[in-house]
Amino acid sequence: MKHWINQHILVWRLLLARIFRNKLSTLMIWGVIGTALSLPTILYIVIDNLNQLAGQVKNEPQISVFMKLDATPATINAFRKKLDQHPDIAHQQFVSKESAWQEMQDLSQGIASKLDSNPLPDAFFIEPKDLAPETIMKIQHEISSWPGVEHVLADADWAKRLYAILQLGKKAVLIISGLLGFALIAVIGNTIRLQIATQREEIEVSKLIGATDGFIRRPFLYAGALYGFGGSLAALVIANTILTIFNHSVTDLAELYGSSFILTLPSWEASLGVVICAVVLSWLGSYIAVNRSLAQLKLH
Amino acid sequence: MIRFDQVNKRYPGSDEILRDVSLEIAGGELVFVTGHSGAGKSTLLKLMAGIERPSSGTVLIGNQNISKLRSRMLPYLRRKFGLIFQDHKLLYDRNCFENVALPLYINGITGHEAGRRIRAALDKVGLLNKEKSMPITLSGGEQQRLAIARAVVSRPAILIADEPTGNLDEAYAKDIMRLFHAFQQVGVTVIIATHDAHGIQNIPAKLLHLDHGKLTIS
Repeated sequence: MKHWINQHILVWRLLLARIFRNKLSTLMIWGVIGTALSLPTILYIVIDNLNQLAGQVKNEPQISVFMKLDATPATINAFRKKLDQHPDIAHQQFVSKESAWQEMQDLSQGIASKLDSNPLPDAFFIEPKDLAPETIMKIQHEISSWPGVEHVLADADWAKRLYAILQLGKKAVLIISGLLGFALIAVIGNTIRLQIATQREEIEVSKLIGATDGFIRRPFLYAGALYGFGGSLAALVIANTILTIFNHSVTDLAELYGSSFILTLPSWEASLGVVICAVVLSWLGSYIAVNRSLAQLKLH
Repeated sequence: MIRFDQVNKRYPGSDEILRDVSLEIAGGELVFVTGHSGAGKSTLLKLMAGIERPSSGTVLIGNQNISKLRSRMLPYLRRKFGLIFQDHKLLYDRNCFENVALPLYINGITGHEAGRRIRAALDKVGLLNKEKSMPITLSGGEQQRLAIARAVVSRPAILIADEPTGNLDEAYAKDIMRLFHAFQQVGVTVIIATHDAHGIQNIPAKLLHLDHGKLTIS
C-alpha cells in the first residue's frame, strides 16, 4: 500500500516537473483544447437560456376552450372534471361568462355597458404538460368533440416553431460536442504518442528491468488527464468571457423587446460537467495512444 | 536456480538460434558464456532473464516455468535479475543518481530508503562522487559501471551481463570483471556473456561455450 502511494506521488512529481520544463507547449495544448471545448459549451449555454425563455412563455395558457352559450352548469362541471383527469393537462383555469363580462366592463371603461346583454361564453384556459406541438394538437382535437364545447383555439404555430428551433439547437450541440470530443481524443492521443516517442528508451529500459505495463502507462495517463483538465478550465474561461461580452448586446436587444432577458453564465454543475467530460475523454485518448505503443514494443 | 531442458529458440523467419540446449546454474555460481558473435549468446541470456520465451523445451527460473508464466507476471520475474547490456542502455536525459533510481522506483521504493540504496550502489562501483553528473560526461568504463550500479541497486539474486566489456579497453575491462567477481564473492549468481576469452582465464568459473546454437559445458 505504501509502495503504491509512493509510486503515484512519484509519478505526479515527475509529471509536474516535466510540465514545468515544457511550460510553453503545455499552455499551447491547453489553449487548443480550451478553444475546441469552448464552442459546444457556449452553444449549450445559449440553447439552455432559450429553453428557459421558452419555459417562461409556457406558463401562459396554450389552449382556449369556449363553451356553448347555452351550456348548463352541470355540463360545465362535468367538463371541468374531465379536464382535471386528463393525463396531458397540467392545469386548467375556468373563467365564467359573468366574470369575463365584469372584467371586460372594467377594462373598456363603460363602452361595454352599451351592450344590453352579455355576449361572452364560459371559457377554460388549459395549460398542457408539455410544449410539443403534437400534444397540443391532440388535446385540441380531443376536446373539440366533448359535449358543450363551441370552439377550441390552440395557438400552436409559434410553439411549433420555437420547439423546432430548440430541437435543432440541441441536435447541433450534440453533433458539435461529439465531433469536438472526437477531436479532443485525437489531439491528446497524438500529443501523448509524440511524448512516448521521445521517451521510448526509458520505456524500453523500464520494461527490461521489470516495469509493469501499468507503471509505464501511468505517467502518460496522468499527463493526458492533466491536459484535459487544464484545457477544460481554459474552455470555461473562454466561454465565460465570450458570454459576458455577448451579454452587453443581448441586454440591449432584449430591452428593445421590453424584456430583461440575459444570458446566464454556466452553472457550477455545467462547468463541472465540462471538466469531467474533458478529463475522461483525454484519459481515453492517452490510454489508446499508450496501449498502441506498448503493443508495438512487445518484448516477446 | 536456472535450468534449461532441451531448449530450442528460433525467431520468426530465422534459423534455429539455440539447438537442444540443456544446462543448470546453481545459486552463487559465476558463469561465462563464450562463443563467436551470432552464436546465440544474447538469446541464451534473454531466455535466462525471462525476456524471451523458448520455442520448445522448458526454461525454469527459480522453479518457475517461463513458458507457462502469464505475460502479466513476467515483469515481477524480471525484477529478480540485474541486467547489464553491452550498450549500457543508460538514460541520457537524467543524472547518474536518477539512472540508478529507476529499478527502485519500479519497485515502489522512493525517498530516504531509495537515496541510501542508490548511494550504496554508486559507492560499490566507485561513482559516488559523480551522482549529479550526466551519463554523457562519463567515460565508457564509467558508463558501464553506472549500468552495473543500476543493475545491483535492487539487490537481485542474479546478475546477467551481455558483453559488458565489449566496447572497453583492457584496463577498464579488467576493472569491470573484478567488480563482477566481487559480487559473486558475496553470493550473487553472475552470468556473463563474452566473446573475449582471455579476460577471464584467471577467474575460476563455469564456462558455457556456444557454437552455432550448440552448447558445450566445461
